[in-house]
Amino acid sequence: MYPSRFRYEAPGSLDEAIGLLRDGGDYVKVLAGGQSLIPLMKLRFAAPELIVDINNLPGLGYHRADADGTLRIGALCRHADLEHSALLASSQPTMAAAAPLIADPTVRNRGTLVGSLCHADPQGDWASVVLSLRGSVIAQGPAGQRSIPMAQFVTGPFENALAPDEIAVEAVIPAPRGQRDGGYLKLERRVGDFATVGVAVSVERAGGMVTEAGIALTGVGGSTIAATDAAAALIGRTLNADSIGEAASLAAAAARPRTDHRGSAEYKRHMVATFVERILSRVSGEAAERAA
Amino acid sequence: MTTLYSEPAREATGDVPVNRISFTINGEKKTAEVEPRLLLAHLIRYGLRLTGTHTGCDTTNCGACTVLVDGHAVKSCTMLAVQADGHDIETVEGLATASELHPLQEGFSEEHGLQCGFCTPGMMMAAKALLERNPDPSEEDVRWALSGNLCRCTGYQNIVKSVLWAAEKLRSQAAE
Repeated sequence: MYPSRFRYEAPGSLDEAIGLLRDGGDYVKVLAGGQSLIPLMKLRFAAPELIVDINNLPGLGYHRADADGTLRIGALCRHADLEHSALLASSQPTMAAAAPLIADPTVRNRGTLVGSLCHADPQGDWASVVLSLRGSVIAQGPAGQRSIPMAQFVTGPFENALAPDEIAVEAVIPAPRGQRDGGYLKLERRVGDFATVGVAVSVERAGGMVTEAGIALTGVGGSTIAATDAAAALIGRTLNADSIGEAASLAAAAARPRTDHRGSAEYKRHMVATFVERILSRVSGEAAERAA
Repeated sequence: MTTLYSEPAREATGDVPVNRISFTINGEKKTAEVEPRLLLAHLIRYGLRLTGTHTGCDTTNCGACTVLVDGHAVKSCTMLAVQADGHDIETVEGLATASELHPLQEGFSEEHGLQCGFCTPGMMMAAKALLERNPDPSEEDVRWALSGNLCRCTGYQNIVKSVLWAAEKLRSQAAE
């Protein structure tokens, strides 16, 4: 299989890349890791006229923390960079848990977090993780930069809020208010498969009390689901059997799973509750994991 | 050497966009003219006639087409040939010297790490990237590193043993 015919440009500067997007015609796609886009083009689900390959843009491969703890991930930071990151391991538990579960090791060498967010696959793992952390995407266009909260970035399946002449240059995770904990659990039939169910949970606590919480679900709806009621149920409380149980039930209620070859809707909904409970129980130090 | 490669655009004439690229493959410098939609796997197999790199699933799943790009294992069916411009590619043909097999090749022979052999080049290249990063991997490390490479014959047991055999040989060579 090979893609339909397209023109290819690999600009050396961001301004040049944005100019190509602006003047490039009706159907232009930005190519970063290409681990979703190239398969889509081979299957002819996508047939862009122009590909703007951003891999030669300098200085976008970073992930780093500002002095205040804000995390910034550049558009060319690969999944593998995040998987092996000491910074994530020490300060971003939800992201550190998710990075090794993205696709498979070979795909992780090339694919990028920002590209994954832009691709807006309802089954994408990073969207849930970034949503649970109140993250945002920095878009750069001819008029400069703007920040788009993750909750507004995905406008539908495989659709994002970028203007045709904007490039997502960075993902931003805000600094924690208190101690940040969390996790990402993914049920998959085998390595590299899409999630049957994925659950991202992030909490921030001060003095044992939850001050911020985010719970987001992968693979159990037409898009990534922010389980806002479930997260809100944790605010102002300690993590205990009651608060965890309530969050788990509310998260399961927020899921919109469909029965398919990966499992029944009932099973997937059950797994959402189980994953929320597992992550929060571990976080709270309560080892007791109730048998399903 | 110039490789002029026009497939799969050979039905086209005139206005087909073509990009000129320079890259290194198995230590040799090459120049090629490629249509942007040409995949790296196809440049390697049909343009350069290096048929050790296999195309299996063609859907980014199986890893039979795994090559190293600047030392990183990459599925060459999921990278455009034009993106190889300025980069260093290594395929299974780069493993052996004229007189000696690479320890990974020896390992697959010693431990019977293949049956039909179709997945083997991809397995070896993914394993090579692992051993360069981690010369003393555990069995779990090997299984994890090869989890993007599918084998439908062996059940993986002997593939893992082969990689561990190679790791030991490479370590003992390095110690000498």
